Amino acid sequence: MDFGRISRRHLLQGGAALTIGAAAGVRPALAAETTIGFIYVGSRDDYGYNQAHAQGAAALKKIPGLKVVEEEKVPETDAVEKTIESMINLDGATLLFPTSFGYYNPHMVKMASKYPKLRFEHCGGLWTDKDPKNAGSYFGYIDEAQYVSGVVAGLTSKSSKLGFVAAKPIPQVLRNINAFTLGAKSVNPKATTQVIFTGDWSMPVKEAEATNSLIDQGVDVLTCHVDGPKTMVENAVRRGAMVCGYHTNQSALAPKAYLTGAEWNWEALYPKFVKMITAGEEIPNFYRGGLKEEIVKISPYGEAVSAEARKAADEAKAKFLSADGFAVFKGGLVDNKGKTVIAAGTDRGQKDPELEKMDYLVEGVIGATS
Amino acid sequence: MADASIGLWTVPLAVLGGAIRVSTPFLFVSLGECITERSGRINLGLEGTLVMGAMSAYGISYLSGSPWLGVFAAGITGALLGALHAGICSLPRVNDVAVGIALMLFGTGLAFYLGKPLIEPTAPRLPAIDFGWWSDIPQVRAALRVNVLFLIGVALAPILYWAFRTTRWGLLIRTAGESADAARAMGHSVLLIRLRATMAGGFLAGIGGSFLSLFYPGSWNEGLSSGQGITAVALVIFARWDPLLCLWASLAFGGAAALGPALQSVGVTSGYHLFNAAPYILTLAIMIITCSPKRTLTGAPAELSITR
Repeated sequence: MDFGRISRRHLLQGGAALTIGAAAGVRPALAAETTIGFIYVGSRDDYGYNQAHAQGAAALKKIPGLKVVEEEKVPETDAVEKTIESMINLDGATLLFPTSFGYYNPHMVKMASKYPKLRFEHCGGLWTDKDPKNAGSYFGYIDEAQYVSGVVAGLTSKSSKLGFVAAKPIPQVLRNINAFTLGAKSVNPKATTQVIFTGDWSMPVKEAEATNSLIDQGVDVLTCHVDGPKTMVENAVRRGAMVCGYHTNQSALAPKAYLTGAEWNWEALYPKFVKMITAGEEIPNFYRGGLKEEIVKISPYGEAVSAEARKAADEAKAKFLSADGFAVFKGGLVDNKGKTVIAAGTDRGQKDPELEKMDYLVEGVIGATS
Repeated sequence: MADASIGLWTVPLAVLGGAIRVSTPFLFVSLGECITERSGRINLGLEGTLVMGAMSAYGISYLSGSPWLGVFAAGITGALLGALHAGICSLPRVNDVAVGIALMLFGTGLAFYLGKPLIEPTAPRLPAIDFGWWSDIPQVRAALRVNVLFLIGVALAPILYWAFRTTRWGLLIRTAGESADAARAMGHSVLLIRLRATMAGGFLAGIGGSFLSLFYPGSWNEGLSSGQGITAVALVIFARWDPLLCLWASLAFGGAAALGPALQSVGVTSGYHLFNAAPYILTLAIMIITCSPKRTLTGAPAELSITR
């Protein structure tokens, strides 16, 4: 496929969306006290990653005295700098949330140095001491929620074969696949996860084909890590398989087959950030957390989840919520090529930076990263 | 489905299933473009038409509860976009390729804008016909769940082939495509013939779009087409403007789209990007083998702006 042409087209569409947005009146209201800007890389109603952020933005809109401006489909190029500039200069935004991974360096870092009095909060980036002090990066350890999904999937599957439709073999995705598998194996040692990479974040036809191929192999519970899980969920359900959701709650698409899901909880985090700012507290520049910190959450269990699976999943969740926390990736971990990737005796806790460089699939995953 | 694994048989079965499931939009767009190009005009805007068709089909199906009404609405939307293309191109000194690109951007942009509220709701889908009833293997049954649109598309290819050769309309379209002067000398309006041919092409491309959103993958989102319309336009050249070859080329591209995921599912995991690129490598190879500096492409309508 001619990706060069597609991305250029998307760029133009982004420009068109901007013009339409401006015409429709996404303009400053001078009466508002604080204006917060949200920037999304895709459509904010994608039923996935961007929608989760938009739900967080919607939670801020409910707080009196706050005004939220949003722009979607902003590419990860200097286009995002122009968007930030216009949100600052035209809308008077003082707090900005560029929510896509590629916005961070150099674009947001550059803007943060240019406007040192304003606050920038980026999702997914790795803030270091060299970056401006008014910039911050936050992210959620959603692999904890995937681990719990894995527990439910491992106990629900009849064939003990689980499927994972993934976009690209990058650390965040591999971490989710591995955590899902480890969760399943913790309750069902026979469980395996077969993974298929589609090659990009939004490829509906490939995602549907991957879903069908997995089910042809006998997989009966599927989950995914792509931008919009709707295609996987609908096609799996048509074939009679069960699903675990991702990004947001997709249970409305398949009330009977939706087991649970790993969701972002930005609508809890963003108001927390605002509270910290109004109270005069500093938001830590490097902000991370999982279930305990309420940055990620688990969808309510569906009707197909047995009492046994509910109990096991609740226990796993309780371990994450306990004071000591729970390390998904523990020593004596072997990858699916037989190599020991974490030596016995070492626990890699959720915040361990080594995990953000993950390049392996654990034992029990069928598939390869390249 | 406890003991349902069928091992390596997954691959040929998935390619067969993929050929049936994935090929339909390619088939409709390429047959539509075949009609348009045979009349001497290229409509590159069919990517936009496909996406608009997908969006309007989903929207109408959701609002009315009838997927067939959605298919019809998609066809009408496509025909209107075709009329827009033909209308602009009938002005003097307008380049049809440039208009096509403009309409491609217009169609996708408009569909994304109007389609915003349609991403979450679930619209009624088109039914499937179960051709796998004779088999006990669930994988075979799943692969042979065929949609009526696919059958219509398959039937349409020989009908068009026959119509181009023997019917009055077919001959008129070909005359306009081979020599506009000859058509004019016979007293026919070339612009009117091309308007009708472009509208017919748009109608079919719109229906191709409705298959995407109402059958497979079966929901509306903005990545739905990811370039299938453009690929289908290229298929027409690949298929030498022959409707029957369009059918085979569409089936091959559909099957190839299933190859990458199917190979990964049986454990062939290295080089999946290469397998995903298989249809395009095939196209390039055939283009290189069959091209010649001494003559234009065989079968190309003489009036086409790319061959003139």
